[in-house]
Amino acid sequence: MIHSLFLINASGDIFLEKHWKSVVSRSVCDYFFEAQERATEPENVPPVIPTPHHYLISVLRHRIFFVAVIQSEVPPLFVIEFLHRVVDTFQDYFGVCTEAAIKDNVVVVYELLEEMLDNGFPLATESNILKELIKPPTILRTMVNTITGSTNVGEQLPTGQLSVVPWRRTGVKYTNNEAYFDVVEEIDAIIDKSGSTITAEIQGVIDACVKLTGMPDLTLSFMNPRLLDDVSFHPCVRFKRWEAERILSFIPPDGNFRLLSYHVSSQNLVAIPVYVKHNISFREGSSQGRFDLTLGPKQTMGKAVESVLVSSQLPRGVLNANLSASQGTYTFDPVTKLLSWDVGKINPQKLPSLKGTMSLQAGASKPDENPTINIQFKIQQMAISGLKVNRLDMYGEKYKPFKGIKYMTKAGKFQVRT
Amino acid sequence: MYCFTEVLYHGKNHLISCNSAEKIMFSQHNPLFSVDGSLSSRSQEFLCIFLCACTSIICCSSDCHCVTFFLNLHQHSFYYFFYCLQENRQFGSKMTDSKYFTTTKKGEIFELKAELNSDKKEKKKEAVKKVIASMTVGKDVSALFPDVVNCMQTDNLELKKLVYLYLMNYAKSQPDMAIMAVNTFVKDCEDPNPLIRALAVRTMGCIRVDKITEYLCEPLRKCLKDEDPYVRKTAAVCVAKLHDINAQLVEDQGFLDTLKDLISDSNPMVVANAVAALSEIAESHPNSNLMDLNPQTMNKLLTALNECTEWGQIFILDCLANYTPRDDRESQSICERVTPRLSHANSAVVLSAVKVLMKFMEMLPKDLDYYGTLLKKLAPPLVTLLSAEPELQYVALRNINLIVQRRPEILKHEMKVFYVKYNDPIYVKLEKLDIMIRLASQANIAQVLAELKEYATEVDVDFVRKAVRAIGRCAIKVEQSAERCVSTLLDLIQTKVNYVVQEAIVVIKDIFRKYPNKYESVIATLCENLDSLDEPEARAAMIWIVGEYAERIDNADELLESFLEGFHDESTQVQLQLLTAIVKLFLKKPTETQELVQQVLSLATQDSDNPDLRDRGYIYWRLLSTDPVAAKEVVLAEKPLISEETDLIEPTLLEELICHIGTLASVYHKPPSAFVEGNHGVQHKGLPGSAGSAESESPDAVSAGAATEAPAAVIPSQGDLLGDLLNLDLTPPATTGPLPHSGGMQMGAMDLLGGGLDSLLGGDLGGSPAMGAGFGAPPAAMPPAFSAPVSGSLYDLFDLDNGVGMPLGSFCPPKTVWLPAMKAKGLEISGTFVRHAGVIQMEMTITNKAMSVMTGFAIQFNRNSFGLAPAGPIQVPSPLSPNQNIEVSLPLNTVGPVMKMEPLNNLQVAFKNNIDVFYFSCQYPISVLFAEDGKMERQVFLATWKDIPNENESQFQIKDCHLNSDAASNKLQSINIFTIAERTVDGQDMLYQSMKLTNGIWALAELKVQAGNPNYTVSLKCRAPEVSQCVFQSYEAVLKN
Repeated sequence: MIHSLFLINASGDIFLEKHWKSVVSRSVCDYFFEAQERATEPENVPPVIPTPHHYLISVLRHRIFFVAVIQSEVPPLFVIEFLHRVVDTFQDYFGVCTEAAIKDNVVVVYELLEEMLDNGFPLATESNILKELIKPPTILRTMVNTITGSTNVGEQLPTGQLSVVPWRRTGVKYTNNEAYFDVVEEIDAIIDKSGSTITAEIQGVIDACVKLTGMPDLTLSFMNPRLLDDVSFHPCVRFKRWEAERILSFIPPDGNFRLLSYHVSSQNLVAIPVYVKHNISFREGSSQGRFDLTLGPKQTMGKAVESVLVSSQLPRGVLNANLSASQGTYTFDPVTKLLSWDVGKINPQKLPSLKGTMSLQAGASKPDENPTINIQFKIQQMAISGLKVNRLDMYGEKYKPFKGIKYMTKAGKFQVRT
Repeated sequence: MYCFTEVLYHGKNHLISCNSAEKIMFSQHNPLFSVDGSLSSRSQEFLCIFLCACTSIICCSSDCHCVTFFLNLHQHSFYYFFYCLQENRQFGSKMTDSKYFTTTKKGEIFELKAELNSDKKEKKKEAVKKVIASMTVGKDVSALFPDVVNCMQTDNLELKKLVYLYLMNYAKSQPDMAIMAVNTFVKDCEDPNPLIRALAVRTMGCIRVDKITEYLCEPLRKCLKDEDPYVRKTAAVCVAKLHDINAQLVEDQGFLDTLKDLISDSNPMVVANAVAALSEIAESHPNSNLMDLNPQTMNKLLTALNECTEWGQIFILDCLANYTPRDDRESQSICERVTPRLSHANSAVVLSAVKVLMKFMEMLPKDLDYYGTLLKKLAPPLVTLLSAEPELQYVALRNINLIVQRRPEILKHEMKVFYVKYNDPIYVKLEKLDIMIRLASQANIAQVLAELKEYATEVDVDFVRKAVRAIGRCAIKVEQSAERCVSTLLDLIQTKVNYVVQEAIVVIKDIFRKYPNKYESVIATLCENLDSLDEPEARAAMIWIVGEYAERIDNADELLESFLEGFHDESTQVQLQLLTAIVKLFLKKPTETQELVQQVLSLATQDSDNPDLRDRGYIYWRLLSTDPVAAKEVVLAEKPLISEETDLIEPTLLEELICHIGTLASVYHKPPSAFVEGNHGVQHKGLPGSAGSAESESPDAVSAGAATEAPAAVIPSQGDLLGDLLNLDLTPPATTGPLPHSGGMQMGAMDLLGGGLDSLLGGDLGGSPAMGAGFGAPPAAMPPAFSAPVSGSLYDLFDLDNGVGMPLGSFCPPKTVWLPAMKAKGLEISGTFVRHAGVIQMEMTITNKAMSVMTGFAIQFNRNSFGLAPAGPIQVPSPLSPNQNIEVSLPLNTVGPVMKMEPLNNLQVAFKNNIDVFYFSCQYPISVLFAEDGKMERQVFLATWKDIPNENESQFQIKDCHLNSDAASNKLQSINIFTIAERTVDGQDMLYQSMKLTNGIWALAELKVQAGNPNYTVSLKCRAPEVSQCVFQSYEAVLKN
């Protein structure tokens, strides 16, 4: 099981260590640093690193490496999942997960880590339960605690910990009872030079914010549940009913949680909401290259494409880019060769474009590689897969809750090859 | 300003000294904190800095007096107080924990000590927090141990938790001090609050100090049976902790049984933790058979699976994967109950579920509808794993790689999800590429090639190389695509990008090997790029092509000559290739190239230090000079075609890895025993056979195989115990004539007989004439008292009917695998021991599972308890060609050197072939050592029985044996256990038996057989009680056979 945890910042300092069994010397991280040196980018450090006596399993989040040390055969996914859960918990508690935030709350961090893992076995990782055990720090609470001498550690066994619905605490009370659901879809796509789709898939999630009194039992049904290829549920969802009736039936946790994540695969036809016309070319023997990019909406069902951001890693030989944007602003970093263009909203009447020249090193040969264009965007009020929630019903409680559903489509890894 | 300072001056508890308005010193009862700050004359700033100083004091000392004093007196400055909190970050955000890192000039430890001993609770807590903060950054604060432990007895839970945190870290370094904490722990284990009970038992388990663990047992026992499931589940994990510290203690205290009982607990969380704890214990004790999985426990686990936390589900699923279902119906029902886990949000749960399904699927008949459904259900979750974070993707991809090799049908339509995104981390890219090749088929090859070509223009050099190589592998894998692949490669060569060209040439060489005489037209293009090749592998590949197709390349001799100029600077790979290529060229065009070949031969043989190169040079030289025709046959022989199989994982390894999906083994594609430390005797997991094949085996053979599987442990290659073995040279031992028997004996006898020998030498042998006769070391001396005639009732006892039948042929246990092929580079040995007509034989089946022939077999034993040694060299008709197996019978004698082994019948063997030396250990049934003259005289028996002290008697039960006493007696006689007397008391048959080991140790037995009761009782008496266990095993083996 998980032996120890080291947190390492971007400059390679170990700024926190926690041991759940015997103490492992921090020199074990030297193997990690070696691997880090070998990898050109921090992202490329392999997640599993063997050392003579241990294995180091790491994740990189918020530019911090979370390195777990294990000694025996442990499912690596279990470790990685756990590490991500640790990061999520920190974020939940401190708002951000940065070195400064962790150092500022080091005692809470330590208490949390101790509560989450016992002898390498996960103990409590549900945010609801943790928050009952250790109250998140706020300026006000810190003040009050300092003055009154009370603690931020719960004295009682969390109610939910051992019940049949461990995710929900008992005795929840609200004056406004409300349940909101956000259907958020991300399109991952690779579009080739000619504009045809090589692969496209949709990762969707339904995030919920449920603030309901008592023990409500909810059912959520879809207009078109057959769309979903693969679904992963929050533990609260009753799997049998989904199998039989394609209905989500559940007693929700209190507060924010992810009800469901789903996948619509490349087997189905996925609508691509934007197109790109591009012409990025270099001529042999010339130190100039042409750059011409136009964006346009397609298959958006009349909804506006917003928050568009285009970025591209230009070839190493490019010295500078002299471009003009019809809307928005562009920046080019001559060191990293990263071109990014903040477009904003696409106006279908007047398509945004970015045109101009790129200057190459004098006498350098034509670059070999073709830059890939990465696009980010958002479309409100639409789920690109066509998924629609039919209705939401509540049983078990008498009051009438306020219900709301929001749809949004975003670009995930949306790449256009040139 | 003055008014302000005035007020401060008059604060009762605080003495504030103001040094000419430049420095402010703050002090309290004990000097706690001081701030040096240069103050400007402006009161505003003064106030600000002053307030900051106050905040830090308030936060650090949490002195309530100070705060109240401050808040009461200065309402106007109270706002400033908050203003400072918000704004004055340049003084450090003092409201957060980072203040604990601030150090002052005075000794930090000294100050902390003072604070820890403060009588104010708050101050104590703050001090402990500072200590913890120092600990997190790896500072040594162990000097504060007694002071921190003093804070332990408190009703403040947070403080208690903090102290516990500290204790866990430092108890080991201060074991004597840690004892101080025991009382509080024991008291807390009785606390009415379950949270505190659990916390206490949990923390106690983390303190790795022997003295503390002794005190842990009682509280732990109580907590394991606690009424609150939260406490029980914490206690379950604690057993695993304790086992890690002191395994013997856990076994002695019977915690393992309690833990096993928890598997049936009503609370799923407790079940999950019990399973996790048991699995961890089982990992360090592979033979302990802790996880006794039967249909009942399976059912409990499957029920708990639905209700426990995600982490518990992982442990339970991993545990389920070790179970072998009885039939396909059970297998299907388990699969049905595990399938819902595929929809879990936690990817580790999903992958563990995939493991269970992949394993149990093997048992389902392929024509079953459910089989097809299951296959379909597996694909979507695997695809979804690929949309997770890159680290998860990596592990998922490594596992998918295995799954695709085992069952390509699952993901055959999902090629597109493996397409590489340009900003994937490199480790994800490389894995995706590998899987793309495995999935490539005629149906999708066009798309795959287009993708690969795209990748070949990327920035990352490693990735581009691998992409080019992938194109070559596609060509080899999918024959129909070969032509398209070659033309894609040619396109890439036209780009003239150096590393692309080199990779392309290397793979084109492979394509030539696969499809000879098909694509040689491209050679001209390749030759154009000769000069740009600077990597050895590419140069070697190009040279090979030139040599192989020398007759079609007009200027082959010129090309090769150009390489020859810098012969000594080339790497070995290139030198060897060049030598071969020139010899080929010579054989094809002997007239023009004589000079060239002489040149290269002399370079290789005379000017080179490399033995490989020299040897190859000499071989060619001799071949060419003696028999050019033979040379032609050898050098220009038709080469076997290469196939894509070369990069596949060996099937036996793959099967084992499938059973380890989701583990480190699956990430490294190595069996767990090969790399996980401390895992010496990992049980090999194999896929269960399909329904058809399982039926064909007789159930007896299966169960017997399972029972004897455990001893076939391979000796870890670095164990100390190998000392002697490694020093042996592996030539078969010359038969040096029998060693003096007594010499060999003495060593063994010292250990085995112990005190028995003394009494033996000084004993009175007169009374038993039979004893002195046959052998040098009779184990029992008959006391004079018993040499008197025995009474009538005793004669009664020996009223043997003479119906003892003759032996029915010697007993031969089934063969077990001693050395698996995976451990021994393809050599597999299974075997057994048998005694036949007084000769001990080691019967072995040697199988060659490697690709090449094996020769030069030899065997050697390490010193062992009974001096077993090969009586002659092993006779293996070599060479042993691939996939061939042979039966070998090696006669053994017992005159070898003696050393006591653990267990007694352990035998460590070194086995050599042309590839390497392999070590394994096996256990021989002690019955092979039972001598034919092991029948004792009745009276001697009686006397000996009484003479051996009762401590030496051990009793064993043999269960489920359905023989009557006569049959049992006959069977036992076949392994030289002789029945001396028999009597019947209350329907129980009592058989009195004796046997003699080859080293002269006697063992006496009483076997109770009750009609209608399948359980036999064996009582064994022996001067050397160590052998009893082994003797009993022989009883059991032969009676159950």
